[in-house]
Parts: sequence; C-alpha cells; structure tokens
Amino acid sequence: MSLIESLPKVRKLTVPKADGLLPWLVPLAILLVWQAASVAGFVSPRVLPAPSDVARAGWKLLWSGELGRNIWVSFWRASIGFLIGGSIGFAFGLANGLSQLSSKLTDTTLQMVRNVPHLALIPLVILWFGIDESAKLFLVALGVFFPVYLNTLHGIRTVDPQLIEMGRVYGMTDGELFRRVIFPGALPSIFVGLRFALGIMWLTLIVAETIAASSGLGYMAMQAREFMQIDVVVLSILIYALLGKLADSASRLLERLTLSWHPAFSKH
Amino acid sequence: MQQALRIPVSSVEETDGKDAIGPAEAFRPVRKPSVSPAKPETRGLPLVIRDLRKSFGDNQVLRGIELEIPAGQFVAIVGQSGCGKSTLLRLIAGLDKPTSGTISFGDTAARSEDIRVMFQEPRLLPWARVLANAEVGLGRDRKAAGAHDRAKQALEEVGLAEKRDQWPSVLSGGQKQRVALARALVSGPRLLAFDEPLGALDALTRIAMQRLLERVWIDQTFTAILVTHDVAEAVALADRVLVIEDGRVAEDISVDLPRPRRRGSAELATLEGSILGQLLGPGTAG
Repeated sequence: MSLIESLPKVRKLTVPKADGLLPWLVPLAILLVWQAASVAGFVSPRVLPAPSDVARAGWKLLWSGELGRNIWVSFWRASIGFLIGGSIGFAFGLANGLSQLSSKLTDTTLQMVRNVPHLALIPLVILWFGIDESAKLFLVALGVFFPVYLNTLHGIRTVDPQLIEMGRVYGMTDGELFRRVIFPGALPSIFVGLRFALGIMWLTLIVAETIAASSGLGYMAMQAREFMQIDVVVLSILIYALLGKLADSASRLLERLTLSWHPAFSKH
Repeated sequence: MQQALRIPVSSVEETDGKDAIGPAEAFRPVRKPSVSPAKPETRGLPLVIRDLRKSFGDNQVLRGIELEIPAGQFVAIVGQSGCGKSTLLRLIAGLDKPTSGTISFGDTAARSEDIRVMFQEPRLLPWARVLANAEVGLGRDRKAAGAHDRAKQALEEVGLAEKRDQWPSVLSGGQKQRVALARALVSGPRLLAFDEPLGALDALTRIAMQRLLERVWIDQTFTAILVTHDVAEAVALADRVLVIEDGRVAEDISVDLPRPRRRGSAELATLEGSILGQLLGPGTAG
C-alpha cells in the first residue's frame, strides 16, 4: 500500500531532477574517465594532468587571488568590448534595415571589412595601441560587430510585410510601427546574432590575451606554458569552456523571457 | 455588450432605431430584406465611385468603375481571379492610390478609424496577446482611457473573450480570423472591407464565420464590402452582388431575399447558378 502510494511521488521527484542533470552527464563522464586513466597511468601527467591535479592548481590560484583577478580582467574586457561592438553593430543593422539610403551608403563597405579576418589585424592593432586595454577592446568589438550587424539587418528585412501593411492600415505611426511590429519581429534573428557574437567574443579575447597582454586568462595560460605548468594551462581551457557555457545560458534565458510568444521558445 | 461596441462616432445619426431590440434578440436579423437605399437607422458610410481607373505599368486593372453604394448596404464583389476585385477593395480601403477617378464617402469626412479592412490572412501580431491584438484596431485611440474595455467588448462580440490572454499561435485558423474581426470592429468602423477573409477556412468554420459576419453587420450597421470568389457566400450574405469583368462592373444583381437566409434553399441556388453562369460563360454552370 505505502509502496504504491509512494511510487508516483518518487517519479515526480526524480524526473525533473534527472532532466536538469542530463546535459551534464557527458562532461561528468569524460572527467571520470580522464581521472581514471590518469590514476591508472595510461596518460602521462606531462601530456595531460589528472583532473584532481588541475583542481588543486585551481584551488591554489584561487587562494592567491591570481585566478579571480585574471577572470575578472578577462570578463571586464569581454563585456566592454561586447557592449561597444554590439551597440555599433545593432545601430548599423537598424539603420541599414530601415533606411535604403543608409544601406546603400554603408552596406558594401561593411561587407568588405567583414571578409577580413579580424584576428589578422592583431599585428596592426599592436602597432596602433600597444598591448594595453584598448587593443583588446578594439579586437573584441570588431569581432562582435559583424554577427550582431548581419543578424539585426536580416531580422528587420525579413519582418512580414503583411504585418507592416496591417500596422499602417491601422494608423500606427513610424515609432509605433517600429516598437510594435518591426522590432519584435526582428528579435529572434537578433538573438541568433547575439549568440554568435558571444562565441566570437571569447575567441577573440583569448587569442588577443595570449598574444599580447600582461593580465587575463589568456595571459595566465601563456605564463603557465613558459614555466611548464601544464595543470594551469588545462585549467584555463576548462574555464573558457565554463564561461562560454555561462554566456550561452544567459542569452538563452533572455530569449525565453522575451520570446515567450514564439512556439519554439514557449516553455509554459 | 452590443451597447458598448456602439462607439459614438462624431458625425453620424446614432442608431436610435436599434435600441428597441433587446440584447437577446440582437442576433436575430430584424431588418427587412432590403435593397432600398440609405436605411435611416444605419451609421454606415455611403460610397460613391466615379470613373475609377488603376493601372500597374501597362496593365490596366480597373477601367472606369462607376458605383454607388448606399450607407449600410452589404455588397459582395465577385469575379474571376485577376479581374481587379481585390484592387478595387484596396483602393476603397485606401491601401493603394487610384490612377484616376474618385472615391468619396458621402458628405461626411471619413476618419481613418471609420474604414477598416479584414485581410485574407489574419495578420495578427504573434508577439502580442489576443487582447493587445484587438487593441491595435483602435488606431489613434489606443492610448485613450477605456481602450482595454473596448477591446474586451469586441472580443466578446466575436465570442473569444476567454482567449484574451493567449498568444495567437495557440488559436485555430477560425479563431485567428475572429480576432482579426474583433480588431476590425473595435474602432466602430462605418465601412468594413473584407478581402476574402474566409478563403482559407474549412467549410464548417466558414459557415460559422459567415453567420458571425452577418450578425455583427446587423448589430453594428456598417457598410460592408466583401470580395469573394465564392458565389454561394456572396448570395448568402449580400444585399447586392457585383460581378466585375475586365476591370468594369459587368453585372449588378440585387439579392432580395429575407434574412436569415437558409443555406441550400432553392432561391439561393437559382441565384447562385445564374451568377456562376455569368462568370463562367454560357452553358457551363447549372
């Protein structure tokens, strides 16, 4: 009797929990296999230190304050660069999506610049800015600019013209039309740009920090390589993965909050 | 509920005659079957079209339309695809500009809220709840006090009051079209132009929607212009059926049958047959 009663309860409790943990199952399994392989001596610590060693290195750096400082510096650079590049990209996307003149004036130029790999500019950027903050911010902003620009533009251009006609027929002013029809219609595409941009943001920053910096996660990894501290190098790489996941989760949360009307995003 | 939807429109004689009808009878058509011009109790806009022409490049779509529609009449416009019937409707609704000719709405100046269009597609904003979608129809009055209540009343009129907090994506095709109808009705229009609004619906939903259209038209006494390719729908709903051919009014048929009209009745079938014969040429329609 009591067993039967408790059955559905148990199910209700475990199913959502398992659902939330499921995505972490594979990373966790990889860690376990890796640890086991290291302990058994299949992998030399000179090639790949055990996860426990990496954790120990992380703990040490955390205590010394070095890790926190470097993460903070990288995070700061990433966000400021993202804000600058993202806002400029968004502004150009809006302008070129809404105005024929603006599009004719700037789109060709932007498309040409877009096809230059922005990391190829690193030598030039170092010559311009040296290795201080502005060099990193410039590169991140440039990298983030294009995905945001392209997707904002695409979003605005593909808003259903029938809805725009409807808005005009029902007497919406240009401002209202933008606020109530064009912008919400472009939002799903803008979010796609945002998520691309977040990926490029980390990529650019780490490369820039690895090549020319005196602080930050990329710099920490580079320093560690010089002193053969392979555990710190691996630690940095793992932190990149976690930060990337964090950025992605944040943008997903934003999507869920703002796109609840969209059948693909509605959770409730 | 019918009371609340009758929004006072500045320049019209208010619908005095209708106050005698209790709310329960509001759905019953009390009007006489009429082709008689300008019913006194109507608040619809009369429409006069003189030598209306419209061309797209070399393609002359409308070649001199002459038309007078008295206030409050229900007019159906039928014709083969490409005959210009939708173009005519778009010109009346102000969506396009005529190449030449005039469209005038009686003596009174029509506000933009007085003329509303219902499209073939619902064209609801997917990111706005049903209530907010209905509010869009208020035009410049959107920000005025009571906008919410007027939108709620319009939704009640089309029987969707309980769906007002839903997203459009969860509604069925017929329900979406009803929201679009509520949006068109909420400003209390004096002329409503329907551009095949039922074309994409299944047969049963279609009949239900036709009844709903007839009911709100009787209830609110606007001038209705319905473009359709379904002749049965035209004769079931309209006071008058116009057949457009080669950009001109080829036939002007008054449908002098009492409402409510029984679908499938012999009179309707005969009328439908003769109009179909006109459209398809002699000997093709029974």
